[in-house]
Amino acid sequence: MQKYWRTGEPYVWATGAALSLTLLIALTLIVVVMINGLGVFWPDDLEQATLKSGRTLLGEVVKREPAASGEGYRKQYKIGNRDIYGLDFRWVDEADIEALAQPADAFILEREEYGNFYGYLQSLDVGGLAPESSSDDAARLFAAHERVRELKEDVEDLEDAVSGLSYQLENIRRQLLEAEYQGLGPNHPKVEALEREQAILQDDFRQLVDRINSETRQLRQYHATFTEADGQQRDIALADIVRAYRPNQMDFVQKVGVYLSKLKELFLADPRESNTEGGLFPAIFGTVLLIFTMSLFSFPLGVIAAIYLREYAREGLLVRLVRIAVNNLAGIPSIVYGIFGLGFFIYGIGGTIDRLFFPEMLPTPTYGTGGLLWASLTLALLTVPVVIVATEEALGAIPREIREGSLALGSTKFQTLVRILLPMSSPGIMTGLILAMARAAGEVAPLMITGVVKLAPTLPIDGNFPFLHLDRKFMHLGFHIYDIGFQSPNVEAAKPMVFVTTLLLVLIVLVMSSVAIRLRNKMKKRYTFGTF
Amino acid sequence: MSKTAPPEIKDPIIEVEHLDFYYGTEKALHGIDLLFPRRHVTALIGPSGCGKSTLLRCFNRMNDLIDISEVQGNILLNGANIYESSTDVIELRRRVGMVFQKSNPFPKSIYENVVYGLRIAGVKNKTVLAETAERSLKGAALWDEVKDRLNQSALGLSGGQMQRLCIARAIAVNPEVILMDEPCSALDPKSTSRVEELIGKLRNDYTIIIVTHNMQQAARVSDYTAFLYEGHLVEFGLTEQMFMKPAKKQTEDYITGRFG
Repeated sequence: MQKYWRTGEPYVWATGAALSLTLLIALTLIVVVMINGLGVFWPDDLEQATLKSGRTLLGEVVKREPAASGEGYRKQYKIGNRDIYGLDFRWVDEADIEALAQPADAFILEREEYGNFYGYLQSLDVGGLAPESSSDDAARLFAAHERVRELKEDVEDLEDAVSGLSYQLENIRRQLLEAEYQGLGPNHPKVEALEREQAILQDDFRQLVDRINSETRQLRQYHATFTEADGQQRDIALADIVRAYRPNQMDFVQKVGVYLSKLKELFLADPRESNTEGGLFPAIFGTVLLIFTMSLFSFPLGVIAAIYLREYAREGLLVRLVRIAVNNLAGIPSIVYGIFGLGFFIYGIGGTIDRLFFPEMLPTPTYGTGGLLWASLTLALLTVPVVIVATEEALGAIPREIREGSLALGSTKFQTLVRILLPMSSPGIMTGLILAMARAAGEVAPLMITGVVKLAPTLPIDGNFPFLHLDRKFMHLGFHIYDIGFQSPNVEAAKPMVFVTTLLLVLIVLVMSSVAIRLRNKMKKRYTFGTF
Repeated sequence: MSKTAPPEIKDPIIEVEHLDFYYGTEKALHGIDLLFPRRHVTALIGPSGCGKSTLLRCFNRMNDLIDISEVQGNILLNGANIYESSTDVIELRRRVGMVFQKSNPFPKSIYENVVYGLRIAGVKNKTVLAETAERSLKGAALWDEVKDRLNQSALGLSGGQMQRLCIARAIAVNPEVILMDEPCSALDPKSTSRVEELIGKLRNDYTIIIVTHNMQQAARVSDYTAFLYEGHLVEFGLTEQMFMKPAKKQTEDYITGRFG
C-alpha cells in the first residue's frame, strides 16, 4: 500500500480528475448554450390540439414534462397570437386533449409586432401584386409578400435619406445655437445663410416624410385575413409580415432555407419587439467595435507602462509597490470601474469638454454623457493590468545575454528595446492582449453606466463625417442578454434569444481569440530562443 | 602590487591605472594596473570569482548596467579615459566589441544578425551592408557554411556556428578591441578548436582580450597572460614565460592545477 502511494499515481489521478472536472463544466456550458441556441431558428412543425372542453389551439410544442398531478404528461405550446390571447405560451395536460392533428395548411407568420401568428389563410386582398389567375391563395400570398418586401426596402432607403437629412439639420441647429451663443444677431450674414440652408433642408425633409407616409399607406392596403385555431379572424397587412411559411408541408431543404434566412436576419437586421425578436446586428457591431477601441487604448498604455516598469524604473520599494498595486487593480470589481468611469470620464472629462467646446449645447450634454469613447476607456482601465503583467513577464523572460549582446554592439537602450526586446516579447504581449479582450468582451456591469443602451437609434459608424462617432451610445451583446433575459416584459418568449445572444457572444470571443492566438503562434515561430 | 608589465609593451592600446571596482560595498577589484599590447591576444586567468570577468566588462563599460556598481581609477583607450563623463558609451562599445560566454544570436536571420551593429549605427546602403556581412562572416570562418542560407534564422545554427556568428557580428562594426568572455566554455572540443583557430587569425587585425578557465586554451591562443586572484593582479607577462617559469608561487600552483 505504501508502495502504491510512493509511486505518486494517486496524485496524478487527482490532478487529472481536477482537470477533467473543469473541462466538463466548461463543456456542459458550451453544449447547453449550443443546443438551445442553434435550435432556436429551426422551423418546428405546428400541432393542432382539440381539447375536451371543445376549444382548439394551434402551436409549436416547446416542452413535455410529467404533469403536476403526478399522472401523465403535460405539454407546453407556443401559441403566439399575442394580440388575441395576451400570452404566447400555454400548458396543456395531455389528459385534457381530445385529438391531435398536424394540419398541412397551418401558417406561421412572423410579424413586425406582437410576435408570431399561428393560423390559417382565409382570404387575400393584394390588388395587382399577384395575378388572380393562379388559383392557389397561398402561392399568391407568397408572391405578393415578396413584392411587398421589395417595395418596403425602397421605403427603408427613403428612411435612410431622412436620417441623413436630420443629421444635417441637427448640425445646422448646433451652428445656429453656437452663433447665438457668440452673440450674433438674427441679421448677421452667417446666421441668415444658415437659416436659408435650414429652410431648404426642412423643405426636403417634409417632402421626403410625406412621400414615405403615402407610400407606406399604399403598401398597407395589401392585406390578408387569417383565422386562428378557434375561428377568430384577423386582418394582417402584408407589410407587417416578416416571414410566412407552412412548416407542416415543408421538406428538409425548405426548412434549411428558412433556418438560413433567419440566421441572416440575426446577423444583419435590427432587433424588434423590444429586442426579443429580429436581428442582433447593432449589438454585434457595438461589441466588436467596443473591443477594438478598448484595445486601442489599453494595449499601448499597458505595454508602455510595463516597458517603463521593467526596463527603465530602478528596482526598489516604489516599483514593488506599483507592481502590487497593478496586480490588485485586476481584482477590483468591475462595477467600481464603471462608477469611476462615470465620475471621472463622463462627468469630469466629458463635462469639461462640453463646457469648453460645446457650451452652446448645454444643458444638453455632448460628451458629458455615456458613449462609446467613455465605455472603451473604462474597459481599457479595467484590462490594462492584464496587459501590464503579461508584458512585464514577457520582457523578463528574455535572457540577459540577449540584451547585453545588443548593447555591446553599441545600440542604445531604446534601439535594443525596439529591435530586439519588443519583437521577442510579442508572443507574450499578445497573450496579454487576448486575455484582456476576452475579459472586456464579457464585461457588462461597467458598460451599463458608461454608454450601453437597450436600443441605439444609430450605429457608432455611419456615412456622416467624421464617420466614427465615439460620443454615441451603443448596443452590446452582454447587456442584450441581461436586458432581454431579465428586463423584458415577456421573458418566456425572449428565452430563445437569450441563448442565441449568449452563443454569439461566446462565438465572437472565440473568433477574436483564435485570430490573436494564430498571430501569436506566428510570432512565436519567428522569435523562439535558440537552445543548445 | 606594483606594475608588473613587461617592459617590451611600447604601444599599449588599453592602460588600466589603479582600478578599484565595487559591487555595492563589496570590493571586487583592488588597484589593478595593467597594459594591454596592441594587436595581440591577452588572456585573463584565475579561479572563479577572482574578478576577471568584471575587469573585462570594465573595458566596454558593460558594468554600467549594474546599478550598484562603482568604478575608481582610470582605463585609457588609446590614451583617452573611458570613464570620463564626456565619454560616449555607445561609441565606446562600437570600438570595443564583445563575445559572450553563452552565444546570444538575436532571433533574426543570419544576415540581420551580422549587420545589426551597422543598422543601429544608421547604415542603410545595401551594398555596404552586404559587403560587410560577407567580410565579417569570412573573417569569422563561417561564410562557407552559411552563404546559402543567409536569410534563415540564426537560431537554426549549431552552438559552435552561433558563437562564430557572434564573433562575426562583433567584427562587423570594425572594433579595435574584441573582448571574449569564456567564448568556448559551452562548446564541444571540435567547435572550440575552430574558435581558437579563428582567434589565431584575428590577432593580426584586432586586439583580443580573452577570459578563460582553460589553461591549455590560454597557453594555446594568447601572447600575454594576466593572473588574477581575489581581485588582485598577481602576475602579468608573456604567456610562454608564465607557463614555463612563473615568477610567483601562487601562479605556479594555479597553472599546475594545485588549486583553483
